[in-house]
Amino acid sequence: MAFAHKHILGINELSREDIITILDTAESFKEINTREIKKVPTLRGKTIINLFFESSTRTRTSFEIAGKRLSADTVNISASASSVTKGETLEDTARNIEAMHPDIIVMRHSASGAPHYLAQRLNCSVVNAGDGAHEHPSQALLDLFTIRQHKGRIEDLKVAIIGDITHSRVVRSNLYALNKMGAEVRLSGPGTMIPPGIEKMGATVYADMNEAIDGADVVMMLRIQMERQGKSLIPSLREYARFYGLNTVNLKLARPDALVMHPGPINRGVELSSYVADGPQNVILSQVENGVAVRMALLYLISGVEHSEA
Amino acid sequence: MKLLIQGGRVIDPANNLDAELDILIKDGKISKIGKNLKDDGVEIFNASGRLVTPGLIDIHVHLRDPGYEYKEDIVSGTRAAAAGGFTSVACMPNTKPVLDNKSVAQYIIEKAEKEGFARVFPVGSITKGLEGDSLSEMGDMKGAGCVAFSDDGKPVTSGELMRCALEYSKPFNTVIISHAEDIDLVGKGVMNEGFVATELGLKGIPWVAEDAATARDVMLCEFTGARLHIAHVSTRGSVEIVRAAKKRGVRVTAEAAPHHFILTDEAVRGYNTNAKMNPPLRSAEDVAAVRQGLADGTLDAIATDHAPHHIDEKNVEFNIAMNGVVGLETALALTLELVSDKVIDLNRAIELLTSGPASVLNLPVGTLTVGAPADVTIIDPGKKWTVSANDLISKSKNTAFDQRKMKGAAIATILGGRLI
Amino acid sequence: MASGQTILLDSAGVNRALTRIAHEILEQNKGSKNLALVGIRSGGDTLSKELAKIISRIEQVDVPCGSIDIGLYRDDLSSRGTVKVGPTDIPFNLDGLSIVLVDDVLFTGRTIRAAMDALMDLGRPRAIQLAVLIDRGHRELPIRADFVGRNVPTAKEEKVDLIFDDNNCAAEVHLLKPRVK
Repeated sequence: MAFAHKHILGINELSREDIITILDTAESFKEINTREIKKVPTLRGKTIINLFFESSTRTRTSFEIAGKRLSADTVNISASASSVTKGETLEDTARNIEAMHPDIIVMRHSASGAPHYLAQRLNCSVVNAGDGAHEHPSQALLDLFTIRQHKGRIEDLKVAIIGDITHSRVVRSNLYALNKMGAEVRLSGPGTMIPPGIEKMGATVYADMNEAIDGADVVMMLRIQMERQGKSLIPSLREYARFYGLNTVNLKLARPDALVMHPGPINRGVELSSYVADGPQNVILSQVENGVAVRMALLYLISGVEHSEA
Repeated sequence: MKLLIQGGRVIDPANNLDAELDILIKDGKISKIGKNLKDDGVEIFNASGRLVTPGLIDIHVHLRDPGYEYKEDIVSGTRAAAAGGFTSVACMPNTKPVLDNKSVAQYIIEKAEKEGFARVFPVGSITKGLEGDSLSEMGDMKGAGCVAFSDDGKPVTSGELMRCALEYSKPFNTVIISHAEDIDLVGKGVMNEGFVATELGLKGIPWVAEDAATARDVMLCEFTGARLHIAHVSTRGSVEIVRAAKKRGVRVTAEAAPHHFILTDEAVRGYNTNAKMNPPLRSAEDVAAVRQGLADGTLDAIATDHAPHHIDEKNVEFNIAMNGVVGLETALALTLELVSDKVIDLNRAIELLTSGPASVLNLPVGTLTVGAPADVTIIDPGKKWTVSANDLISKSKNTAFDQRKMKGAAIATILGGRLI
Repeated sequence: MASGQTILLDSAGVNRALTRIAHEILEQNKGSKNLALVGIRSGGDTLSKELAKIISRIEQVDVPCGSIDIGLYRDDLSSRGTVKVGPTDIPFNLDGLSIVLVDDVLFTGRTIRAAMDALMDLGRPRAIQLAVLIDRGHRELPIRADFVGRNVPTAKEEKVDLIFDDNNCAAEVHLLKPRVK
């Protein structure tokens, strides 16, 4: 097995083979999460620091549990509450943390490229847990894992992603991931939320959401926020729900066995009607569950690489 | 003190001169130009195989002095200029305090005269404190030596105020320089809007932010009949707006910076903060349009927008890194790239670095006319070298061209008859 | 065939050894009640299935049989890096059972240590016994097998390989000597 990545910065840097290795490894880890004793000693003695410059409950908890189930010592630092407010630079913050000899830093930051910046300057492994509007690799991997689990494959599936494409790191990572695995990606969202050139990343953009979900195998809905960078990009949540929300009516356009996915947290009644969010086609909690196994796989795989080099 | 430059290829676009000639310099002035010149007690500079041109002029430089001497100062900045072949620079007013009054202008001129390695022509601010509220004392500053007025880096957002600036400047026979960007459209953008920004997840600055502002200021120039200069043109649209205006006889001139005719927004990949500047690096289409503008005369000058920043201001996350790159020491070779790319010929290249910028700001330099100040640059057009950020003379090392292979360099810079 | 290779057991020998081990397991445990087999992946899991078949022929009952992957319990992540992690599949409750761990070759004992740790994380067996086809010596931990197919003295650099036939049944056991340079 040749997994040669010391850092997980984005799906862009991973090959199709890397992705399959991660998913297969996660498959083995999934069983551990159903045991009575949900812990293996694999990363005993390793220290993982969750360095979150942006608030997050779901991703941080998922990484924390993943680390703990592998017996690593995991420490959470929410950086907004610590040194950043005192004017310390990112590099200094990270260097101070590195001086305590962590093996892995799992990092979330509002600036696109911040994990890449740190990876160039630190000796430990860096895992990107979301950077700005750039990438969120572990989310895309758990999405792939969930799709593969329910559909048996990823290749040739039609995946519609609906919502704020411009500001979504989930979309970018999924575009890389789904294209590498041979799926067809369709995008739709308000005109103010479709970034220029996104088609070149491997997607077809549909002005009408209904066309995007027509015959789709997977419908992935994104969380919508009214305010972005101080600007109002949509007139109201009510109008958004009407044109870009998924409900029992337009969901019928997708294949009858289509999966409904959402990276969370959900705005009920906005991008997802409650009937759909709780309906038989939703795999949202399965995404969350798989997130732990996928993150365990990532932490395990990069730990081996780091020490093979030593 | 006499100096004889022998056997070089003399290119002086202002005088339509391109021939192998000798130049005799006496008392800091061009004394004679001709073949086989001789004189007694003269120091000889053998320039055979070299280009001999008027001292290069950069009308868009940030010397950061006073106030930001940790980035650059008048001494280090003019030393960098001389190293790049420049004998004259026009410096922008975003200093601390702002160059919005006579005394700051006097400080700059005096310090440059005493300690500098190039002529420094200060550009005063259009509005007091660059705040965009009320006009600076342009007449007073012109009297103190300011050659133009600009709120560079901070566009004048109010159309009414820009109109006033143009109207007011007219009787003083001076130039208003526009940093043409619609700040609302720029928003929180940090690079050119387009595929690269989309892929990197960075907020984009659309080309229309520049085009819309260029159009407004060009229209105001036409309306007032004043003299306007558009700084650092980076978009196809801006080039076209200036081209059309010039055809109508509008008194507008424009410049482009080397990074805007050499690099595209692809240079940002890897979150390279030394590819972050304002206006941002644009698309290949925009680069082609800027090159066309330089070739057909739409753009009058090449100006570097030399913007030194300390390493601490660049060694940060991309979105909080400061805008700007240094340019004085790389501009000549990058301009010569346009010649090897067959965009322009050598004479046009020298014109864009000498008489072109001189006439934009009406500077008393930029030619080898007999009697003119003896500012001369001697260029080895074949000299191969590689940019090394750490070896730059400038205090700041924020070049977008680190490790780039270059051809052509100034091997001697003569300022007022004195070898620098 | 690589040079320096000898056959330790042919397929008949493997069969005889497994049959004897099956009888010994039943004898020691006084039948198959509360007995379960767990094979260590990969190699041991195939053998455990064959043993289960033989036991069910003798006793006319099916013995629960599972497999365990010890990749996550290894102590050499730092020196060897990550290896492919396979699934652990134990479809029964371990509590109160006598577990026979099955592996192909017993060497340093580290694999068995890891397998015991893994089993303990999955439940509380009444007892753990160890069955191996080959015991080649060189133990680094205080571990011994309860049931051994064959004891083979080896040099530390040598390799012992269990070869499977087309039906994925244990066919032969080879001893490979390192090539002399």
